[in-house]
Amino acid sequence: MANIGLQHYLVLGALLFVCGLLTILLKRNAIGILMGVELILNAANVNLVAFNHFSWRGTPDAPALAGQVFAIFVIVLAAAEAAVALAIFLNFYNNFSTIDVERAQNLKG
Amino acid sequence: MSGLLYMLLPMSPLAQASPTVMERVLFGDAASPFQYLLYSVAIIAMVFLPLAMLIAMFSIWWERKVAGHIQSRLGPNRVGPIGLLQSLADGIKLILKEDLVPKDADNLLFRLAPYLAFAPAFAAFVALPFGPNFTYEPRLNVGVFWVLAILSVEVMGVILAGWASNNKWSVYGAMREACQMVSYEIPLGISIIVGIMAAGTLNMVALGHLQGGGIHTWLIYRNPFTLIAFFVFFIASLASNKRAPFDLPESESELVAGFHTEYSGLRFSFFFFAEYAAMFVVGGIQAALFLGGWNDPFGAIGYLYPEALRDFEAGGSPLPLIGLNILGAGMFVIKCMGIVFLQMWIRWTLPRPRIDQVLYACVKVLLPIACVLLLGAALWQLLVPEMAGVPWVKYHPWNWNDWKEQGARGAFVTQIILTIVGVSLFGATSMWAAYNLFSSRRNLKQRLTDPDPIDKAPANLAAASH
Amino acid sequence: MTTSVLAISEADVAGWLFYLFGGIAGLSAVLLVLSRNIVRMAVCLLFTLAGVAGLYFLLSAEFLAAVQLVVYAGGTLILIIFGVMLTSKSPFSRFEPSAVEVVLAITLGGILLVALVLAVTSQRFPTAAEVAALPASERGYPVDRLGQALLGDYLLPFEIASVLLLVVMIGAAYLAKARRRESTRSANGPAESAASRQARAWS
Repeated sequence: MANIGLQHYLVLGALLFVCGLLTILLKRNAIGILMGVELILNAANVNLVAFNHFSWRGTPDAPALAGQVFAIFVIVLAAAEAAVALAIFLNFYNNFSTIDVERAQNLKG
Repeated sequence: MSGLLYMLLPMSPLAQASPTVMERVLFGDAASPFQYLLYSVAIIAMVFLPLAMLIAMFSIWWERKVAGHIQSRLGPNRVGPIGLLQSLADGIKLILKEDLVPKDADNLLFRLAPYLAFAPAFAAFVALPFGPNFTYEPRLNVGVFWVLAILSVEVMGVILAGWASNNKWSVYGAMREACQMVSYEIPLGISIIVGIMAAGTLNMVALGHLQGGGIHTWLIYRNPFTLIAFFVFFIASLASNKRAPFDLPESESELVAGFHTEYSGLRFSFFFFAEYAAMFVVGGIQAALFLGGWNDPFGAIGYLYPEALRDFEAGGSPLPLIGLNILGAGMFVIKCMGIVFLQMWIRWTLPRPRIDQVLYACVKVLLPIACVLLLGAALWQLLVPEMAGVPWVKYHPWNWNDWKEQGARGAFVTQIILTIVGVSLFGATSMWAAYNLFSSRRNLKQRLTDPDPIDKAPANLAAASH
Repeated sequence: MTTSVLAISEADVAGWLFYLFGGIAGLSAVLLVLSRNIVRMAVCLLFTLAGVAGLYFLLSAEFLAAVQLVVYAGGTLILIIFGVMLTSKSPFSRFEPSAVEVVLAITLGGILLVALVLAVTSQRFPTAAEVAALPASERGYPVDRLGQALLGDYLLPFEIASVLLLVVMIGAAYLAKARRRESTRSANGPAESAASRQARAWS
């Protein structure tokens, strides 16, 4: 078993990213698409924290924490975005009685 | 198995650090990582899991006894001495029951939900500081926050249980429960922050050492804001555990049995264990954060610990250290059980509010109070200088001159006043409860065996009643 | 056998833990793509988030792991489940994408995955041992340093994030108020003024 390096984490991040992308492309349920977006954000977070761990750590007085701080902000913003997205989906469901995104065609043509 | 998964979580990069004292006691100074791995797994399987089961079974028996006596009856008293083996009998009965899965229920999720509810409670249980060396991972720098975090995952198990049962009443119970638990996490977290601000660390073991100087160093008496934060935390923890008066999810008189209506046999017992383990965990957070952890009210354990540790490090026998740890674990369990008793007492006394009243209490009452406490505690930290350091190591906690030299006179006076207030409140409440308990017991046998109970009251009942 | 078992090093244990948590996260992500039931997708997302939280522990980001569990698994995921319960009429989705879409999506995803993995493995990144050998590096990040960073160097993003959360709360609460399209149309019927009748005639 080789030593776990940065590559392993980046490959895992790539896998999560592609799974999220496939979810967004393949699901017609709007909430499924939202889950794909959350997967993509998690993949980005894994990359950020992995880079933070495997780079120069800074001094004990001023440790290099940019990756973790950035990841905290991404988590916060993902929660905010999920809240707004669900509010929009609920509105959509109340007006069209379905959550299928293929039905959102009123502006078409 | 899922408990095992949760348990490996704190082990990771900390495996590269030096071994803990307990590991050195058991294995000597140089042992292979395989032995540490084996020790971690064995400790969980052979110590923590049986301990959690034992505490849950004891709590179930105790709850029924408390319920009985509050309702002027006796509770279980046939199986074993004073009914102590009743939980064992119940467990055997539940195991032998038929294993039902409803017809159109989602099979996989139905089977998964009890484990999703039990695993977080057990994972949090393992993180509690039973003693300065009896903590599973003393280097977990986010101890208190980890317990809070892992208890939030329990919501998911309950929601899945309700949804997967394919039953309207279960879904109602699950949705009410999710609303309630998630809303009450905010005052819960804010009151934890208030306590942490007074302490300055999230590490459970460091919190215990900080409160080792006697009852006036306990965090609940640090400033008036943590005193109120303790009660805010207690109320929020009742809602977080789905305990009455917030037990709408399992409201026995309204929703059949709420989200675990369709569960029978061993799966139902998992939910039961999860509830009582979570009660103990929440009591554990309150004991570790506010009530001094493993310390006794005189600070004796905190006084004797540095010496015992130094003796062990210098190559002596580990027996005094282990003895101190056992005493500390006993104190911790007593404090946790006290809080569990308080939760049971409130359950069988107060009626149940509606869901909108429950959410009103959270958002319009507890949340503003918690925010004001946060602001007040932050200002207190800024304006009132406090004693820094571990008691008995950095300063003498009972010596007024030590405090005066460090300029912490205000802090000492505040802590002593709050201690007197708190201890007198506690003493008054327990004496009143004991008086009522013993005075009504004189009449219990007479009341229960009276041939004419309704028309003719016994002669000395009026004299003994309050 | 005993000698080889005792020869397990700490790096091996760290490797096992990486494969455990990474496996949970990756496998749950793949199951999320393949599953058709929206509630099962939510459970797979829960396991992915828990696996990623475990990975954060391995990357010495303990506070971040706890934040991930509280906010993501215990907040956002519950929100998503609420949305699922309020908008689904049956647990099994009746929405199937066409075969052409599936093939196209899988091709795209496969090409992207191959490209990313090639890009990552062709670079030479420093290993954990080399990072630890750098001067003045430390093993873990104490939580108080994170707090000082958030309120020190990163104060402006912190304040902007809090304002954004306030805006999101107000916006989501307003948007989620149920308004039916039929009711707004019928409200205009009997109380129509001359001006609006004129406007409709000209449009």
